[in-house]
Amino acid sequence: MTFQQFVFYFFAVVMVGAAFRMITVRNPVHAALYLVLTFFTSAALWMLMNAEFLAIALVLVYVGAVMVLFLFVVMMLDINIAQLRSGFTRYLPLGIAVAVVMAIEMALVVGSEPFRNEWAISAAADYSNTEALGSVLYTDYVYPFEIAAVVLLVAIIAAIALTLRRRPGTKHQDPALQMSVRRADRVRLVSLRAQKMPPNVPLTKGKEGGISGGGS
Amino acid sequence: MIPLSNFLVLGAILFSLSVAGIFLNRKNVIVLLMCIELMLLAVNLNFIAFSHYSGDIAGQVFVFFILTVAAAESAIGLAILVVLFHNRETINVQDLDQMKG
Repeated sequence: MTFQQFVFYFFAVVMVGAAFRMITVRNPVHAALYLVLTFFTSAALWMLMNAEFLAIALVLVYVGAVMVLFLFVVMMLDINIAQLRSGFTRYLPLGIAVAVVMAIEMALVVGSEPFRNEWAISAAADYSNTEALGSVLYTDYVYPFEIAAVVLLVAIIAAIALTLRRRPGTKHQDPALQMSVRRADRVRLVSLRAQKMPPNVPLTKGKEGGISGGGS
Repeated sequence: MIPLSNFLVLGAILFSLSVAGIFLNRKNVIVLLMCIELMLLAVNLNFIAFSHYSGDIAGQVFVFFILTVAAAESAIGLAILVVLFHNRETINVQDLDQMKG
């Protein structure tokens, strides 16, 4: 058994075990953590297939962002686990039967002779997966790339629009109103008659004198 | 060397496990979303295996787009879930029948 085969089988066993625990574990937080382990192991397998950029992107984007979002939501919601687990054993035989049949069928198809291809392209020493991916992503696939950007923008707007709640009584600024304000709305000119000082009161130095001086 | 069929069988097992997960956890929306993510991961594994063994980078580009769409999908799904929990106080699929479907 070569080193590559050992790495493959080790990560495959860890991956299947983690996926199995993910679907059977009781607590959703544990399920999310097992899914993190599955993603991480999958990234290692992708790296075995010279897909370095996607492996790192999987760890950064999925383990770092999406799964943290999952954990955040799971911990934020107050879930009654026992109620959600009812019917688990009832559907266990059906689930196992469907899964086993599907796995056997697909294994029969993809494990057959045409897919026993062992000839993998061995990359040159100076081959850069990121460079190869980027050179086709920004030329041949530039329109799908822009559509992906639009999809992400729509996701941002949709997530904000869904979770935004307008509560009454909150104070916020309206820039349109701020910009359209006129001078007459803010400033009121009043004509005040000049006040005459009583002649027998002496002007004192300092604070009072300043005030009276300004008023006259 | 590792034959291509090993990776494909691994992807098939992973996909079947996520289908079983949808059967088993059919009341918990969060675990259902996680099972969908696991399905997409199995598909991505197949894409990368074919891309590597045929020496074509296009499969990896496709995985890139699948990752983008899956991230957007899970973000919107979790936002819907939060709004749902705020309105109905439950994430049980059985209780979400106000559309009388």
